[in-house]
Amino acid sequence: MSLADSIVVSKLKKSYGKTVVLRGIDLTVKRGSMVALLGPNGAGKTTTVRILSTLLKFDAGSVTVNGHDVAKDPDGVRQVIGLTGQSAAVDELLTGRENLVMMGRLYRLTKASAKERAEELLRQFDLVDAADRPLKTYSGGMRRRLDLAVSLIATPPVIFLDEPTTGLDPRSRLAMWDIIRQLKNDGATILLTTQYLEEADQLADRIVVIDEGRVIAEGTARELKAKIGNDRLELTFTNKKAFEAAKRELHTTIIATDEEELTVVTLLKNTDNDVRAVLDRLHAAKLKIESMAVTKPTLDDVFMSLTDKKQEGK
Amino acid sequence: MAAKLEFTNRPRIVQVFSDSLVMIRRSSTHILRNTDQLLGTFFQPIMFLVLFTAVYSGAIKTSGGVDYTNYLMAGLIVQTLAFGSTTTALAVANDMQKGIIDRFRSLPMNNLAVLNGHVISDLLRNGLSAIVLILAGLVIGFRPDANFLDWLLLVGLTILLTLAFSWLSAILGLIAKSVEGVQWLTFVFVFPLTFASSAFVDPTTMTSWLRGFAENQPITHIVDAYRSLLIGTPMGDSALLAVIWLTVIIVVSIPVASWLFARRTT
Repeated sequence: MSLADSIVVSKLKKSYGKTVVLRGIDLTVKRGSMVALLGPNGAGKTTTVRILSTLLKFDAGSVTVNGHDVAKDPDGVRQVIGLTGQSAAVDELLTGRENLVMMGRLYRLTKASAKERAEELLRQFDLVDAADRPLKTYSGGMRRRLDLAVSLIATPPVIFLDEPTTGLDPRSRLAMWDIIRQLKNDGATILLTTQYLEEADQLADRIVVIDEGRVIAEGTARELKAKIGNDRLELTFTNKKAFEAAKRELHTTIIATDEEELTVVTLLKNTDNDVRAVLDRLHAAKLKIESMAVTKPTLDDVFMSLTDKKQEGK
Repeated sequence: MAAKLEFTNRPRIVQVFSDSLVMIRRSSTHILRNTDQLLGTFFQPIMFLVLFTAVYSGAIKTSGGVDYTNYLMAGLIVQTLAFGSTTTALAVANDMQKGIIDRFRSLPMNNLAVLNGHVISDLLRNGLSAIVLILAGLVIGFRPDANFLDWLLLVGLTILLTLAFSWLSAILGLIAKSVEGVQWLTFVFVFPLTFASSAFVDPTTMTSWLRGFAENQPITHIVDAYRSLLIGTPMGDSALLAVIWLTVIIVVSIPVASWLFARRTT
Protein backbone atom coordinates (compact mmCIF):
# COMPACT_ATOMS: atom_id res chain seq x y z
CA MET A 1 0.00 0.00 0.00
CA SER A 2 1.29 3.45 -0.78
CA LEU A 3 0.30 6.75 0.74
CA ALA A 4 -1.30 7.68 -2.56
CA ASP A 5 -3.96 4.99 -2.02
CA SER A 6 -6.83 6.10 0.14
CA ILE A 7 -8.98 2.96 0.04
CA VAL A 8 -7.30 -0.42 -0.10
CA VAL A 9 -9.41 -3.57 -0.15
CA SER A 10 -7.71 -6.92 -0.41
CA LYS A 11 -9.26 -10.40 -0.85
CA LEU A 12 -12.46 -9.26 0.85
CA LYS A 13 -14.89 -12.11 1.54
CA LYS A 14 -18.34 -12.12 3.06
CA SER A 15 -21.05 -14.76 3.37
CA TYR A 16 -24.44 -14.82 5.00
CA GLY A 17 -24.73 -18.41 6.15
CA LYS A 18 -24.33 -20.46 3.01
CA THR A 19 -24.93 -17.54 0.67
CA VAL A 20 -21.60 -16.22 -0.52
CA VAL A 21 -21.89 -12.51 -1.31
CA LEU A 22 -18.26 -11.47 -1.81
CA ARG A 23 -15.75 -14.00 -3.17
CA GLY A 24 -12.55 -12.02 -2.73
CA ILE A 25 -12.76 -8.42 -3.86
CA ASP A 26 -9.59 -6.42 -4.54
CA LEU A 27 -9.95 -2.71 -4.92
CA THR A 28 -7.81 0.40 -4.53
CA VAL A 29 -8.85 4.00 -4.82
CA LYS A 30 -6.17 6.62 -5.17
CA ARG A 31 -6.40 9.68 -2.97
CA GLY A 32 -8.48 12.35 -4.66
CA SER A 33 -9.85 10.07 -7.36
CA MET A 34 -13.27 8.61 -8.05
CA VAL A 35 -13.83 4.91 -8.64
CA ALA A 36 -17.16 3.48 -9.74
CA LEU A 37 -18.16 0.04 -8.56
CA LEU A 38 -20.34 -1.13 -11.38
CA GLY A 39 -22.55 -4.18 -11.33
CA PRO A 40 -26.10 -5.49 -11.54
CA ASN A 41 -28.40 -5.92 -8.54
CA GLY A 42 -27.04 -8.52 -6.16
CA ALA A 43 -23.46 -8.22 -7.41
CA GLY A 44 -22.21 -7.24 -3.95
CA LYS A 45 -21.87 -3.47 -4.40
CA THR A 46 -23.86 -2.44 -1.33
CA THR A 47 -22.31 -5.16 0.80
CA THR A 48 -18.87 -3.83 -0.11
CA VAL A 49 -19.79 -0.26 0.76
CA ARG A 50 -21.38 -1.33 4.04
CA ILE A 51 -18.20 -3.16 5.01
CA LEU A 52 -16.02 -0.19 4.03
CA SER A 53 -18.16 2.16 6.08
CA THR A 54 -17.96 -0.06 9.22
CA LEU A 55 -21.61 -1.10 9.10
CA LEU A 56 -20.97 -4.74 8.40
CA LYS A 57 -18.41 -7.26 9.63
CA PHE A 58 -16.55 -9.31 7.04
CA ASP A 59 -15.22 -12.86 7.03
CA ALA A 60 -11.79 -12.56 5.45
CA GLY A 61 -9.45 -10.13 3.76
CA SER A 62 -8.38 -6.65 4.79
CA VAL A 63 -9.78 -3.16 4.37
CA THR A 64 -8.10 0.14 5.14
CA VAL A 65 -9.52 3.61 4.65
CA ASN A 66 -7.04 6.50 4.88
CA GLY A 67 -4.72 4.21 6.79
CA HIS A 68 -7.35 3.13 9.35
CA ASP A 69 -8.04 -0.60 9.50
CA VAL A 70 -11.81 -1.07 9.28
CA ALA A 71 -11.78 -4.12 11.55
CA LYS A 72 -9.36 -2.79 14.19
CA ASP A 73 -10.11 0.92 14.18
CA PRO A 74 -13.72 1.48 13.07
CA ASP A 75 -13.90 4.77 15.00
CA GLY A 76 -10.87 6.05 13.11
CA VAL A 77 -12.60 5.15 9.85
CA ARG A 78 -15.83 6.86 10.93
CA GLN A 79 -13.91 10.10 11.50
CA VAL A 80 -12.81 10.28 7.87
CA ILE A 81 -15.80 8.97 5.91
CA GLY A 82 -19.14 10.27 4.74
CA LEU A 83 -21.76 7.77 3.62
CA THR A 84 -24.78 8.29 1.42
CA GLY A 85 -26.73 5.07 1.27
CA GLN A 86 -29.54 3.89 -0.94
CA SER A 87 -32.33 4.77 1.44
CA ALA A 88 -32.20 8.36 2.58
CA ALA A 89 -30.64 8.23 6.03
CA VAL A 90 -32.12 11.43 7.37
CA ASP A 91 -34.62 12.29 10.08
CA GLU A 92 -38.10 12.79 8.64
CA LEU A 93 -39.48 14.85 11.53
CA LEU A 94 -36.59 17.28 11.72
CA THR A 95 -36.03 20.15 9.31
CA GLY A 96 -33.19 20.17 6.79
CA ARG A 97 -31.17 22.57 8.92
CA GLU A 98 -31.79 20.57 12.10
CA ASN A 99 -30.66 17.38 10.38
CA LEU A 100 -27.42 19.01 9.26
CA VAL A 101 -26.61 20.56 12.63
CA MET A 102 -27.46 17.35 14.50
CA MET A 103 -25.22 15.21 12.32
CA GLY A 104 -22.49 17.85 12.54
CA ARG A 105 -22.63 17.67 16.33
CA LEU A 106 -22.44 13.88 16.17
CA TYR A 107 -19.33 14.22 13.98
CA ARG A 108 -18.05 16.18 16.99
CA LEU A 109 -18.04 19.57 15.33
CA THR A 110 -18.34 22.52 17.69
CA LYS A 111 -21.80 24.06 17.75
CA ALA A 112 -20.63 27.16 15.87
CA SER A 113 -18.85 25.13 13.21
CA ALA A 114 -21.83 22.80 12.73
CA LYS A 115 -24.17 25.76 12.21
CA GLU A 116 -21.82 27.60 9.90
CA ARG A 117 -21.18 24.51 7.79
CA ALA A 118 -24.92 23.72 7.67
CA GLU A 119 -25.60 27.14 6.12
CA GLU A 120 -22.82 26.62 3.62
CA LEU A 121 -24.22 23.24 2.54
CA LEU A 122 -27.81 24.50 2.35
CA ARG A 123 -26.60 27.17 -0.08
CA GLN A 124 -24.41 24.79 -2.05
CA PHE A 125 -27.21 22.22 -2.44
CA ASP A 126 -29.89 24.77 -3.21
CA LEU A 127 -31.92 23.97 -0.09
CA VAL A 128 -32.00 27.37 1.61
CA ASP A 129 -35.72 27.90 0.98
CA ALA A 130 -36.60 24.47 2.36
CA ALA A 131 -34.15 24.64 5.26
CA ASP A 132 -36.79 25.09 7.96
CA ARG A 133 -39.34 22.61 6.65
CA PRO A 134 -39.56 19.10 8.06
CA LEU A 135 -38.13 16.53 5.66
CA LYS A 136 -41.38 14.72 5.16
CA THR A 137 -42.38 17.66 2.94
CA TYR A 138 -39.29 17.26 0.70
CA SER A 139 -39.35 15.79 -2.81
CA GLY A 140 -37.22 12.74 -3.64
CA GLY A 141 -34.52 14.83 -5.26
CA MET A 142 -34.36 17.29 -2.36
CA ARG A 143 -34.15 14.45 0.12
CA ARG A 144 -31.21 12.91 -1.74
CA ARG A 145 -29.46 16.25 -1.88
CA LEU A 146 -29.94 16.75 1.84
CA ASP A 147 -28.81 13.19 2.49
CA LEU A 148 -25.61 13.88 0.59
CA ALA A 149 -25.19 17.25 2.29
CA VAL A 150 -25.51 15.53 5.68
CA SER A 151 -22.70 13.13 4.85
CA LEU A 152 -20.49 16.10 3.93
CA ILE A 153 -21.13 18.12 7.07
CA ALA A 154 -17.66 17.44 8.52
CA THR A 155 -15.96 17.59 5.05
CA PRO A 156 -14.78 13.98 5.23
CA PRO A 157 -11.86 13.21 2.89
CA VAL A 158 -13.45 9.91 1.81
CA ILE A 159 -17.00 9.69 0.50
CA PHE A 160 -19.05 6.59 -0.22
CA LEU A 161 -22.00 7.03 -2.55
CA ASP A 162 -24.19 3.95 -2.78
CA GLU A 163 -26.33 4.31 -5.90
CA PRO A 164 -26.75 8.05 -5.41
CA THR A 165 -29.11 8.56 -8.35
CA THR A 166 -31.25 5.40 -8.23
CA GLY A 167 -34.91 6.40 -8.41
CA LEU A 168 -34.25 10.03 -9.35
CA ASP A 169 -35.86 11.70 -12.35
CA PRO A 170 -33.48 12.68 -15.19
CA ARG A 171 -33.20 16.31 -14.12
CA SER A 172 -32.41 15.47 -10.51
CA ARG A 173 -29.90 12.93 -11.74
CA LEU A 174 -28.04 15.52 -13.77
CA ALA A 175 -28.06 17.90 -10.80
CA MET A 176 -26.66 15.11 -8.62
CA TRP A 177 -23.92 14.43 -11.17
CA ASP A 178 -22.86 18.07 -11.06
CA ILE A 179 -22.67 17.92 -7.28
CA ILE A 180 -20.60 14.73 -7.36
CA ARG A 181 -18.18 16.23 -9.91
CA GLN A 182 -17.82 19.27 -7.68
CA LEU A 183 -16.94 17.03 -4.72
CA LYS A 184 -14.18 15.46 -6.73
CA ASN A 185 -12.88 18.84 -7.83
CA ASP A 186 -12.73 19.79 -4.17
CA GLY A 187 -10.32 16.92 -3.64
CA ALA A 188 -12.44 14.19 -2.08
CA THR A 189 -11.74 10.51 -2.60
CA ILE A 190 -14.96 8.95 -3.82
CA LEU A 191 -16.20 5.40 -4.17
CA LEU A 192 -19.45 5.31 -6.07
CA THR A 193 -21.64 2.32 -6.74
CA THR A 194 -24.00 2.28 -9.64
CA GLN A 195 -25.86 -0.01 -11.97
CA TYR A 196 -25.90 2.68 -14.63
CA LEU A 197 -23.03 2.28 -17.03
CA GLU A 198 -23.47 5.80 -18.25
CA GLU A 199 -23.11 7.14 -14.74
CA ALA A 200 -19.82 5.32 -14.23
CA ASP A 201 -18.61 6.50 -17.62
CA GLN A 202 -19.58 10.12 -16.91
CA LEU A 203 -18.21 10.45 -13.39
CA ALA A 204 -15.49 7.98 -12.54
CA ASP A 205 -11.76 7.98 -13.25
CA ARG A 206 -11.70 4.22 -13.01
CA ILE A 207 -14.38 1.57 -13.19
CA VAL A 208 -14.40 -1.72 -11.33
CA VAL A 209 -16.98 -4.13 -12.73
CA ILE A 210 -18.24 -6.69 -10.25
CA ASP A 211 -20.63 -9.54 -10.66
CA GLU A 212 -21.61 -12.26 -8.20
CA GLY A 213 -19.09 -11.06 -5.64
CA ARG A 214 -16.10 -10.99 -7.97
CA VAL A 215 -14.22 -8.30 -9.84
CA ILE A 216 -14.65 -9.25 -13.49
CA ALA A 217 -12.91 -6.27 -15.06
CA GLU A 218 -11.35 -2.96 -14.17
CA GLY A 219 -9.78 0.02 -15.80
CA THR A 220 -10.69 3.35 -17.27
CA ALA A 221 -13.82 3.53 -19.37
CA ARG A 222 -11.59 3.69 -22.44
CA GLU A 223 -9.62 0.60 -21.41
CA LEU A 224 -12.77 -1.38 -20.74
CA LYS A 225 -14.16 -0.46 -24.10
CA ALA A 226 -10.92 -1.42 -25.78
CA LYS A 227 -11.02 -4.78 -24.05
CA ILE A 228 -13.91 -6.04 -26.08
CA GLY A 229 -12.93 -4.96 -29.53
CA ASN A 230 -12.63 -1.58 -31.08
CA ASP A 231 -15.73 -0.74 -33.03
CA ARG A 232 -19.08 -2.21 -33.93
CA LEU A 233 -21.16 -2.14 -37.05
CA GLU A 234 -24.84 -1.34 -36.93
CA LEU A 235 -26.87 -2.54 -39.89
CA THR A 236 -30.51 -1.67 -40.47
CA PHE A 237 -32.57 -3.63 -43.00
CA THR A 238 -35.51 -2.63 -45.14
CA ASN A 239 -37.76 -5.55 -44.22
CA LYS A 240 -38.24 -8.30 -41.68
CA LYS A 241 -37.24 -11.06 -44.09
CA ALA A 242 -33.88 -9.48 -44.85
CA PHE A 243 -33.37 -8.81 -41.16
CA GLU A 244 -33.99 -12.47 -40.24
CA ALA A 245 -31.77 -13.71 -43.03
CA ALA A 246 -28.98 -11.37 -41.97
CA LYS A 247 -29.28 -12.65 -38.40
CA ARG A 248 -28.72 -16.19 -39.65
CA GLU A 249 -25.92 -15.17 -41.97
CA LEU A 250 -23.94 -13.19 -39.40
CA HIS A 251 -24.93 -14.94 -36.18
CA THR A 252 -21.38 -15.64 -35.00
CA THR A 253 -20.43 -11.97 -34.78
CA ILE A 254 -23.74 -10.45 -33.69
CA ILE A 255 -23.78 -8.85 -30.22
CA ALA A 256 -27.22 -7.24 -30.30
CA THR A 257 -30.39 -7.14 -32.38
CA ASP A 258 -33.41 -4.85 -32.39
CA GLU A 259 -36.55 -6.50 -33.81
CA GLU A 260 -38.50 -3.26 -34.11
CA GLU A 261 -35.86 -1.20 -35.84
CA LEU A 262 -34.70 -4.25 -37.86
CA THR A 263 -31.15 -3.54 -36.73
CA VAL A 264 -28.33 -5.96 -36.03
CA VAL A 265 -25.07 -4.99 -34.36
CA THR A 266 -21.88 -6.89 -35.05
CA LEU A 267 -18.56 -6.68 -33.30
CA LEU A 268 -15.52 -5.67 -35.35
CA LYS A 269 -12.09 -6.96 -34.38
CA ASN A 270 -10.43 -5.32 -37.32
CA THR A 271 -12.68 -2.54 -38.55
CA ASP A 272 -11.40 -2.28 -42.11
CA ASN A 273 -11.38 -5.99 -43.02
CA ASP A 274 -14.42 -6.96 -40.97
CA VAL A 275 -16.70 -4.31 -42.49
CA ARG A 276 -15.70 -5.45 -45.95
CA ALA A 277 -16.25 -9.10 -45.05
CA VAL A 278 -19.71 -8.43 -43.61
CA LEU A 279 -20.77 -6.41 -46.63
CA ASP A 280 -19.46 -9.09 -48.98
CA ARG A 281 -21.46 -11.77 -47.21
CA LEU A 282 -24.64 -9.70 -47.24
CA HIS A 283 -24.09 -8.89 -50.89
CA ALA A 284 -23.61 -12.55 -51.76
CA ALA A 285 -26.85 -13.37 -49.93
CA LYS A 286 -28.58 -10.54 -51.78
CA LEU A 287 -29.75 -8.81 -48.62
CA LYS A 288 -30.50 -5.12 -49.00
CA ILE A 289 -29.24 -2.75 -46.31
CA GLU A 290 -31.18 0.40 -45.55
CA SER A 291 -28.48 2.09 -43.49
CA MET A 292 -25.25 1.29 -41.70
CA ALA A 293 -22.97 2.92 -39.16
CA VAL A 294 -19.67 2.13 -37.48
CA THR A 295 -19.80 3.12 -33.78
CA LYS A 296 -17.62 2.98 -30.67
CA PRO A 297 -18.82 0.44 -28.06
CA THR A 298 -20.78 1.75 -25.08
CA LEU A 299 -20.24 0.52 -21.56
CA ASP A 300 -23.44 -1.46 -21.89
CA ASP A 301 -21.73 -3.52 -24.57
CA VAL A 302 -18.71 -3.95 -22.34
CA PHE A 303 -20.85 -5.15 -19.53
CA MET A 304 -22.89 -7.56 -21.63
CA SER A 305 -19.77 -8.95 -23.16
CA LEU A 306 -18.01 -9.38 -19.79
CA THR A 307 -20.89 -11.11 -18.05
CA ASP A 308 -21.54 -13.33 -21.08
CA LYS A 309 -17.91 -14.42 -21.25
CA LYS A 310 -18.00 -15.42 -17.64
CA GLN A 311 -21.15 -17.48 -18.14
CA GLU A 312 -19.63 -19.29 -21.11
CA GLY A 313 -16.63 -20.14 -18.95
CA LYS A 314 -18.81 -21.92 -16.39
CA MET B 1 -15.52 25.42 1.40
CA ALA B 2 -14.21 28.56 3.00
CA ALA B 3 -14.98 27.83 6.62
CA LYS B 4 -12.35 26.17 8.72
CA LEU B 5 -14.14 23.51 10.74
CA GLU B 6 -13.49 23.15 14.43
CA PHE B 7 -13.94 19.86 16.22
CA THR B 8 -14.53 19.40 19.91
CA ASN B 9 -11.91 17.46 21.74
CA ARG B 10 -13.61 16.00 24.77
CA PRO B 11 -12.68 12.91 26.76
CA ARG B 12 -14.56 9.78 25.75
CA ILE B 13 -16.71 9.65 28.84
CA VAL B 14 -17.89 13.24 28.25
CA GLN B 15 -18.67 12.41 24.63
CA VAL B 16 -21.18 9.79 25.78
CA PHE B 17 -23.07 12.60 27.51
CA SER B 18 -22.75 15.19 24.77
CA ASP B 19 -23.84 12.67 22.11
CA SER B 20 -26.76 11.64 24.31
CA LEU B 21 -27.76 15.29 24.72
CA VAL B 22 -27.89 15.71 20.95
CA MET B 23 -30.06 12.61 20.69
CA ILE B 24 -32.32 13.64 23.58
CA ARG B 25 -32.92 16.87 21.74
CA ARG B 26 -33.76 14.92 18.58
CA SER B 27 -36.20 12.57 20.34
CA SER B 28 -37.84 15.41 22.24
CA THR B 29 -38.36 17.30 19.00
CA HIS B 30 -40.00 14.16 17.61
CA ILE B 31 -42.37 14.06 20.55
CA LEU B 32 -43.33 17.72 20.12
CA ARG B 33 -43.82 17.41 16.35
CA ASN B 34 -45.80 14.17 16.53
CA THR B 35 -48.96 16.00 17.59
CA ASP B 36 -51.31 13.00 17.25
CA GLN B 37 -49.26 10.98 19.65
CA LEU B 38 -48.80 13.95 21.92
CA LEU B 39 -52.53 14.57 22.19
CA GLY B 40 -53.02 10.88 22.88
CA THR B 41 -50.61 10.91 25.79
CA PHE B 42 -52.61 13.67 27.46
CA PHE B 43 -56.07 12.66 26.40
CA GLN B 44 -55.92 8.95 27.13
CA PRO B 45 -55.18 9.18 30.86
CA ILE B 46 -57.88 11.83 31.29
CA MET B 47 -60.34 9.60 29.46
CA PHE B 48 -59.44 6.67 31.71
CA LEU B 49 -59.80 8.91 34.75
CA VAL B 50 -63.27 10.09 33.79
CA LEU B 51 -64.47 6.63 32.71
CA PHE B 52 -63.16 4.76 35.70
CA THR B 53 -64.53 7.18 38.25
CA ALA B 54 -67.89 7.39 36.48
CA VAL B 55 -68.22 3.65 35.79
CA TYR B 56 -66.66 1.99 38.81
CA SER B 57 -66.83 4.39 41.72
CA GLY B 58 -70.31 3.20 42.66
CA ALA B 59 -69.59 -0.49 42.17
CA ILE B 60 -66.15 -0.87 43.71
CA LYS B 61 -65.80 -0.96 47.47
CA THR B 62 -62.24 -0.17 48.46
CA SER B 63 -60.72 -1.66 51.59
CA GLY B 64 -60.85 0.82 54.45
CA GLY B 65 -63.57 2.81 52.76
CA VAL B 66 -61.20 5.04 50.78
CA ASP B 67 -62.96 7.26 48.24
CA TYR B 68 -62.57 5.53 44.82
CA THR B 69 -61.26 8.61 43.03
CA ASN B 70 -58.54 8.90 45.66
CA TYR B 71 -57.88 5.17 45.43
CA LEU B 72 -57.79 5.17 41.64
CA MET B 73 -55.25 7.96 41.12
CA ALA B 74 -52.18 5.92 42.09
CA GLY B 75 -53.25 3.13 39.74
CA LEU B 76 -53.95 5.49 36.88
CA ILE B 77 -50.65 7.31 37.25
CA VAL B 78 -48.71 4.05 37.20
CA GLN B 79 -50.72 2.74 34.25
CA THR B 80 -50.18 5.98 32.34
CA LEU B 81 -46.44 5.89 32.99
CA ALA B 82 -46.18 2.21 32.04
CA PHE B 83 -48.09 2.71 28.80
CA GLY B 84 -46.30 5.98 28.13
CA SER B 85 -42.94 4.25 28.38
CA THR B 86 -43.87 1.95 25.54
CA THR B 87 -43.44 4.82 23.08
CA THR B 88 -39.72 4.19 23.56
CA ALA B 89 -40.30 0.80 21.92
CA LEU B 90 -42.07 2.47 19.00
CA ALA B 91 -39.38 5.10 18.58
CA VAL B 92 -36.58 2.53 18.75
CA ALA B 93 -38.32 0.20 16.29
CA ASN B 94 -38.90 3.14 13.96
CA ASP B 95 -35.21 3.98 13.92
CA MET B 96 -34.18 0.38 13.44
CA GLN B 97 -36.41 -0.11 10.41
CA LYS B 98 -35.06 2.95 8.65
CA GLY B 99 -31.85 3.98 6.95
CA ILE B 100 -31.08 6.53 9.65
CA ILE B 101 -29.66 3.88 11.95
CA ASP B 102 -26.94 3.24 9.33
CA ARG B 103 -26.15 6.94 9.31
CA PHE B 104 -25.76 7.01 13.08
CA ARG B 105 -23.58 3.93 13.01
CA SER B 106 -21.30 5.35 10.34
CA LEU B 107 -20.67 8.44 12.50
CA PRO B 108 -17.96 8.60 15.15
CA MET B 109 -20.69 8.96 17.79
CA ASN B 110 -21.40 6.81 20.81
CA ASN B 111 -24.00 4.36 19.55
CA LEU B 112 -25.86 3.99 22.83
CA ALA B 113 -26.75 7.66 22.56
CA VAL B 114 -29.55 6.64 20.19
CA LEU B 115 -31.26 4.60 22.93
CA ASN B 116 -30.41 7.16 25.62
CA GLY B 117 -32.10 9.83 23.55
CA HIS B 118 -35.38 7.93 23.31
CA VAL B 119 -35.41 6.80 26.95
CA ILE B 120 -34.66 10.22 28.43
CA SER B 121 -37.05 12.16 26.23
CA ASP B 122 -39.72 9.62 27.15
CA LEU B 123 -39.03 10.51 30.74
CA LEU B 124 -39.72 14.19 30.04
CA ARG B 125 -42.96 13.43 28.25
CA ASN B 126 -44.11 10.98 30.90
CA GLY B 127 -43.42 13.55 33.58
CA LEU B 128 -45.65 16.00 31.72
CA SER B 129 -48.51 13.54 31.27
CA ALA B 130 -48.33 12.59 34.97
CA ILE B 131 -48.68 16.27 35.90
CA VAL B 132 -51.63 16.68 33.53
CA LEU B 133 -53.28 13.60 34.99
CA ILE B 134 -52.86 14.81 38.58
CA LEU B 135 -54.27 18.24 37.70
CA ALA B 136 -57.27 16.63 35.98
CA GLY B 137 -57.74 14.44 39.05
CA LEU B 138 -57.78 17.49 41.30
CA VAL B 139 -60.52 18.94 39.14
CA ILE B 140 -62.80 15.91 39.52
CA GLY B 141 -62.32 15.47 43.25
CA PHE B 142 -58.93 13.85 43.89
CA ARG B 143 -57.71 15.03 47.31
CA PRO B 144 -54.13 13.92 48.07
CA ASP B 145 -52.69 14.42 51.52
CA ALA B 146 -49.05 14.14 50.49
CA ASN B 147 -46.57 16.53 52.09
CA PHE B 148 -43.54 18.05 50.38
CA LEU B 149 -41.29 15.09 51.13
CA ASP B 150 -43.96 12.68 49.82
CA TRP B 151 -44.10 14.61 46.54
CA LEU B 152 -40.31 14.49 46.24
CA LEU B 153 -40.40 10.73 46.78
CA LEU B 154 -43.18 10.48 44.20
CA VAL B 155 -41.03 12.33 41.67
CA GLY B 156 -38.12 10.00 42.41
CA LEU B 157 -40.31 6.92 42.09
CA THR B 158 -41.75 8.24 38.82
CA ILE B 159 -38.26 8.72 37.36
CA LEU B 160 -37.23 5.23 38.43
CA LEU B 161 -40.44 3.67 37.08
CA THR B 162 -40.23 5.43 33.72
CA LEU B 163 -36.56 4.61 33.25
CA ALA B 164 -37.15 0.95 34.09
CA PHE B 165 -40.12 0.59 31.75
CA SER B 166 -38.50 2.61 28.97
CA TRP B 167 -35.41 0.43 28.99
CA LEU B 168 -37.58 -2.69 28.99
CA SER B 169 -39.53 -1.11 26.21
CA ALA B 170 -36.32 -0.39 24.28
CA ILE B 171 -35.65 -4.13 24.38
CA LEU B 172 -39.10 -4.81 22.90
CA GLY B 173 -38.39 -2.23 20.19
CA LEU B 174 -35.12 -3.97 19.36
CA ILE B 175 -36.51 -7.50 19.16
CA ALA B 176 -39.65 -6.59 17.22
CA LYS B 177 -39.57 -7.28 13.50
CA SER B 178 -41.77 -4.33 12.59
CA VAL B 179 -43.27 -1.18 14.03
CA GLU B 180 -46.74 -2.80 14.04
CA GLY B 181 -45.30 -5.79 15.89
CA VAL B 182 -44.07 -3.46 18.60
CA GLN B 183 -47.55 -2.19 19.30
CA TRP B 184 -48.80 -5.70 19.93
CA LEU B 185 -45.79 -6.69 21.93
CA THR B 186 -46.06 -3.75 24.30
CA PHE B 187 -49.82 -4.19 24.62
CA VAL B 188 -49.70 -7.84 25.68
CA PHE B 189 -46.88 -6.95 28.02
CA VAL B 190 -48.22 -3.89 29.82
CA PHE B 191 -51.96 -4.52 29.78
CA PRO B 192 -52.07 -7.69 31.93
CA LEU B 193 -49.41 -6.31 34.25
CA THR B 194 -51.36 -3.15 35.02
CA PHE B 195 -54.81 -4.74 35.22
CA ALA B 196 -53.82 -7.77 37.27
CA SER B 197 -52.48 -5.49 39.99
CA SER B 198 -53.73 -3.24 42.74
CA ALA B 199 -54.04 -0.39 40.22
CA PHE B 200 -57.84 -0.38 39.93
CA VAL B 201 -59.17 -2.88 42.49
CA ASP B 202 -57.98 -4.52 45.68
CA PRO B 203 -56.27 -7.81 44.66
CA THR B 204 -57.89 -9.61 47.63
CA THR B 205 -61.14 -9.49 45.63
CA MET B 206 -59.60 -11.36 42.67
CA THR B 207 -59.83 -15.07 41.75
CA SER B 208 -57.32 -16.94 43.86
CA TRP B 209 -54.80 -17.83 41.10
CA LEU B 210 -54.78 -14.28 39.81
CA ARG B 211 -54.59 -12.90 43.30
CA GLY B 212 -51.35 -14.82 43.91
CA PHE B 213 -49.86 -13.18 40.84
CA ALA B 214 -51.35 -9.74 41.44
CA GLU B 215 -50.14 -9.47 45.02
CA ASN B 216 -46.56 -10.31 44.17
CA GLN B 217 -45.86 -8.60 40.89
CA PRO B 218 -43.92 -5.33 40.70
CA ILE B 219 -46.77 -3.11 39.48
CA THR B 220 -48.74 -3.84 42.66
CA HIS B 221 -45.82 -2.87 44.87
CA ILE B 222 -45.30 0.28 42.80
CA VAL B 223 -48.98 1.22 42.90
CA ASP B 224 -49.16 0.59 46.64
CA ALA B 225 -46.14 2.80 47.18
CA TYR B 226 -47.68 5.60 45.08
CA ARG B 227 -50.99 5.25 46.89
CA SER B 228 -49.40 5.37 50.28
CA LEU B 229 -47.42 8.50 49.38
CA LEU B 230 -50.46 10.16 47.77
CA ILE B 231 -53.27 9.43 50.21
CA GLY B 232 -51.60 7.82 53.22
CA THR B 233 -52.74 4.20 52.91
CA PRO B 234 -50.43 1.75 54.78
CA MET B 235 -46.99 1.60 53.16
CA GLY B 236 -45.76 -1.76 54.46
CA ASP B 237 -42.72 -2.86 52.46
CA SER B 238 -44.20 -1.83 49.11
CA ALA B 239 -41.82 1.11 48.51
CA LEU B 240 -38.81 -1.01 49.32
CA LEU B 241 -39.98 -3.83 47.02
CA ALA B 242 -40.86 -1.35 44.27
CA VAL B 243 -37.41 0.25 44.39
CA ILE B 244 -35.71 -3.15 44.38
CA TRP B 245 -37.80 -4.36 41.43
CA LEU B 246 -37.24 -1.22 39.40
CA THR B 247 -33.52 -1.07 40.13
CA VAL B 248 -33.11 -4.70 39.12
CA ILE B 249 -35.06 -4.06 35.89
CA ILE B 250 -32.83 -1.08 35.04
CA VAL B 251 -29.59 -2.84 35.92
CA VAL B 252 -30.52 -5.84 33.79
CA SER B 253 -32.24 -4.18 30.85
CA ILE B 254 -29.60 -1.54 30.03
CA PRO B 255 -26.88 -4.09 29.22
CA VAL B 256 -29.40 -6.37 27.49
CA ALA B 257 -30.64 -3.48 25.34
CA SER B 258 -27.06 -2.41 24.53
CA TRP B 259 -26.17 -5.94 23.54
CA LEU B 260 -29.27 -6.32 21.38
CA PHE B 261 -28.59 -2.95 19.78
CA ALA B 262 -25.03 -3.88 18.87
CA ARG B 263 -26.20 -7.25 17.55
CA ARG B 264 -29.16 -5.92 15.58
CA THR B 265 -27.08 -3.31 13.89
CA THR B 266 -24.26 -5.46 12.47
